[in-house]
Amino acid sequence: MKPTATTNQPDAAIAVENLTKRYGDTVALDGISFRVQRNELFGIIGPDGGGKTTLFRILTSLLRPGSGRARTYGLDVVTDYKRIRQIIGYMPGRFSLYQDLTVEENLAFFASIFGADVNQNYDLIAPIYDHIKPFAKRRAGDLSGGMKQKLALSCALIHRPKILFLDEPTTGIDAVSRTELWQMLRSLGPKGVTVVVSTPYMDEALLCDRVLLLQDGRILDTDTPEAIIAHFDKHLIAVETEDNKRALRDLRDLDPAFNVQTFGYEIHVSSERALERADIEKFLRGRGYRRVRVDDIVPTIEDCFIELMQKEKEHVS
Amino acid sequence: MSPDHIIFVDGLTKYFGTFCAVDNICFHIKKGEIFGFLGANGAGKTTGIKMLTGLLKPTSGTARVAGFDVFTDSEQIKKNIGYMSQKFSLYDDLTVIENIRFYAGVYGLSRRQIKHKADALIARLGLEHVRHSLTRDLPLGWKQKLAFSIAIIHEPKVVFLDEPTGGVDPITRRQFWEMIFDAARSGITILVTTHYMDEAEYCDRVSIMVDGKIVALGTPRELKEKYGQPDMNRIFLKLARG
Repeated sequence: MKPTATTNQPDAAIAVENLTKRYGDTVALDGISFRVQRNELFGIIGPDGGGKTTLFRILTSLLRPGSGRARTYGLDVVTDYKRIRQIIGYMPGRFSLYQDLTVEENLAFFASIFGADVNQNYDLIAPIYDHIKPFAKRRAGDLSGGMKQKLALSCALIHRPKILFLDEPTTGIDAVSRTELWQMLRSLGPKGVTVVVSTPYMDEALLCDRVLLLQDGRILDTDTPEAIIAHFDKHLIAVETEDNKRALRDLRDLDPAFNVQTFGYEIHVSSERALERADIEKFLRGRGYRRVRVDDIVPTIEDCFIELMQKEKEHVS
Repeated sequence: MSPDHIIFVDGLTKYFGTFCAVDNICFHIKKGEIFGFLGANGAGKTTGIKMLTGLLKPTSGTARVAGFDVFTDSEQIKKNIGYMSQKFSLYDDLTVIENIRFYAGVYGLSRRQIKHKADALIARLGLEHVRHSLTRDLPLGWKQKLAFSIAIIHEPKVVFLDEPTGGVDPITRRQFWEMIFDAARSGITILVTTHYMDEAEYCDRVSIMVDGKIVALGTPRELKEKYGQPDMNRIFLKLARG
């Protein structure tokens, strides 16, 4: 089929239609379709092996689609790959800068490849590059994990791309650096950069304008985090006792149909049928717990993802 | 040192040249305890774990693991602990059963023990249908659960888990932690690192390292009271920047 140059929605930063990719018998992407708007902060949320990296490699023109189409700013990833590479920034999951160049040499190198000027675009990277500027003369290979990540992001942005792809930028990164990175990502949309970022951390989904939940190559949902939470259709309570590890088993005894999961210092119980807080509390007291708190709660994005994953599994099997 | 203390660390210090990676840390971990060893990237966690697993000689201080001294008995330590991390777990080009047999053999189990343990482990994890599949073809979550089971196949007194759940889906991550709970209940002591602060809440006690020092140590509840924060995530953000 001959690709056409027209797009029916010229505003889309990304338009993916029925995209499929197989590796032998493994289906990495199974006919997915979605759009990303310009200047949007778009999250691709899902576990390892869900298809995130394959999708990134196709969108950045590094891998050909099996079937279906993908366009970035109206450019086809197969036929217009040269032009796509000029307007994107890509930060792969694995650190891929030159370890034996210094921090500032790496930055200058990436700018020169794109014919960009470091000073002219410095405003875009200042919020993160300022953290590593004191180490400008240090070799990239000698930086800590968090600093490497900041340098990689600076290098991916220094040519002021229209769209920035980040594949799991926060995996293995501590909670402080994660927070800083996300502050930075949120500042890019207003400066005219569309951001597509993947992560296995569910809490980071809340920081995106919209998210796509990807599992086993299929889209579980695409929406704003608020809408995904609003679509949660089960009853949900949070339980806290002095011994949550034991309470986990007791709550599963109470009703095998309950979905009982640990959530930090709480246990979340979801169910098709209404959950009476008083009944749960009485049950736990009866089992000898002294400190029992039971609250109705609004689901987190992680509750929603777990729910959608389980639905998908039932659907498949 | 109380006989209940499976890990005993006093004044443990490691210098690389003039750089102090681990600075005079002290803690004791009881039998069956789940101890969260937290800190930002570069805070010194990995160096600490390497010393406690007998892979790196400390500069000074004292540490005993499962009754053995890290200075003089590092070979004994290696035989009496389990270890897994996100980066090092299983051999991708061995099958499930081959990985189990290999590690059980390394840990010195007899042929009969290996057969018995392997069958039990495969049944418990529901891996019968992939028994002869290459490990690289398993989903990450299954691999990590298998790796953990193998890390404790020789019933060690202590198991070290270095970011075992990185990148794992939210359901498998919870199943993994329930396996940790079961192991702890059976008396295995757990030292675990994680960047997921909800997982820090599952630990009996946690330590938070900043620039090589332990700046906070206690149960999650004690730390929340002490720092006036509702959850471990906020405590971590407050402390970890140093």
